Amino acid sequence: MTTLVGESDLVYYEDDPRVVPLLPEEDHSGEAAVIIDGVSKVFTGRRGKVAALDNISLSVAPGEFVCLLGASGCGKSTLLNLISKLDYPTTGTVTTKGNPALMFQEAALFPWLTAGQNIGLALKYAGVPKKQSKARIEELLDLVRLSGHSDRRIHELSGGQRQRVALARALGQNSDVLLMDEPFAALDAITRDVMHDELTRVWKATGNSIVFVTHNVREAVRLGQRVVLLSSRPGRVVGEWKVNIKGPRTIEHPEVGALAAEITLRLREEIASHARP
Amino acid sequence: MPALDDSVITKDEVEREDTAAVGAGLDVLEEPDRIREPWWRRLGSSIVPPILALGVVLVIWEIVYLLGVKPEVMLPSPTAVWDELLRLLEGGQAWETIWTSLSRGLIGFAMAIVIAVPIGLAIARFSWLRASFGPLLSGLQSMPSVAWVPLAILWFQISPAMIYMVVLLGAVPSIANGLTAGIDQVPPLYSRVGHVLGLGWWGQTRHVLLPAALPGFLAGLRQGWAFSWRSLMAAELIVTSSKLGFGLGQLMNQGRDLSDAPLLYAGLILIFVVGVGVELILFRPLERAILDARGLSTKKR
Repeated sequence: MTTLVGESDLVYYEDDPRVVPLLPEEDHSGEAAVIIDGVSKVFTGRRGKVAALDNISLSVAPGEFVCLLGASGCGKSTLLNLISKLDYPTTGTVTTKGNPALMFQEAALFPWLTAGQNIGLALKYAGVPKKQSKARIEELLDLVRLSGHSDRRIHELSGGQRQRVALARALGQNSDVLLMDEPFAALDAITRDVMHDELTRVWKATGNSIVFVTHNVREAVRLGQRVVLLSSRPGRVVGEWKVNIKGPRTIEHPEVGALAAEITLRLREEIASHARP
Repeated sequence: MPALDDSVITKDEVEREDTAAVGAGLDVLEEPDRIREPWWRRLGSSIVPPILALGVVLVIWEIVYLLGVKPEVMLPSPTAVWDELLRLLEGGQAWETIWTSLSRGLIGFAMAIVIAVPIGLAIARFSWLRASFGPLLSGLQSMPSVAWVPLAILWFQISPAMIYMVVLLGAVPSIANGLTAGIDQVPPLYSRVGHVLGLGWWGQTRHVLLPAALPGFLAGLRQGWAFSWRSLMAAELIVTSSKLGFGLGQLMNQGRDLSDAPLLYAGLILIFVVGVGVELILFRPLERAILDARGLSTKKR
């Protein structure tokens, strides 16, 4: 991980001089960013009760990048909704450090605002004083390599640019935890590849904890420090892998491919177990 | 892709060197084109067809007139009506008459907006209000405005207040319903984003629902104006009194009383022109600005 160098009440990240995040200096050691403790979620539908999540326990360390992986029906999005408090668990508890930011598959930027104003709205509700807002917007746009795009309308941006503005908006919430719900699933392969690099860079620069949900095994291995595999109907944790791949971990990296193959095998077993006899 | 030699790996560099360049290249390639049609073509395609249609109507009118299907006291020639219009406009009488009606219509419309917005917002945001008063409000939309005139006279006698009551009862339900429908069409994802950003009830209303509902609300406003204008004309045509001033409705009544067909037709044309004029001057540019800003222009290529 990156070395943190404390200076007055700000934390600077040694290896990225471009970034000066507004994080107060705190000691995060020992204190998890997200704790999911014995969480189950039951939905009552037309055909009776459906268990979406069954006794999930998971914790995310400060600054950790965790990928949640699973086939359809594993309750990935339900879990994110619980963490972001858009919904409540049936049993168990979810504890987070502050209010997590959440990114969706769609950029979900407000089309009546400019790119900068979209970020500004997040800043306003994160308690950033109006005077500092403008500089902070530029700083965040700079971080996602969209300097000078503040006045752009949303429809004037490409898909990748929109997701980067959405990322900047999420970072603008100044929360320790960033939740991402298949944020790159709708992008084309090349743009997604670039977004992987950019997200890794931004994560290193900001030191956020990231919970990244995806159904793309290679993407999970490419990005995460830890990959958690969920079963489907109900969602349970069935496997966990630490990713120790050094160097530029591109999607084509042979070690990424090898680990992805291993996880895919486990995932296929899990999916096959749902076939009707 | 850079070579995966040892030196690169041991540096623990996450970022490939060309990422910034590739990203910048993608940005340029994927930039949506911002080419706009030249103004003269836009103007041409939106103004020429209606003018042609108007020409067709005038030609048919002239032919029917020349065939003598109806006596001249019922169907005057287009030129006679044109002369009458010119006479009214040159004498200044028409402007005063138009302003009497138009100012009433606009004031009534403005009052209707002030009353309708809180009603529409409340119905959209409180499910129990929607369940109880929602159907009532949509039902009111189907009431013919003329039906309110006797009640309005009973309450306010012959006075401007009576006219405004009719206009409000005509316009408020459309505007309120337009706002409610606009809010209903807001994608739920926007509300989820609002929630994640930490917006409370008022924040969601102010920063998400109202701006997102603006296109739908605008449609309600247009309909509201149409209803205001119709209701106003209904009221003016039914009630003639010196207390109410001399508006377009009264002008037409005069035409009827004097059996002055050209005057009556001129009155009809003025009512049409004012109604369409407000639409063109007020609502078209407003709608265009709102839709353009959101990249929602319905213009087909």
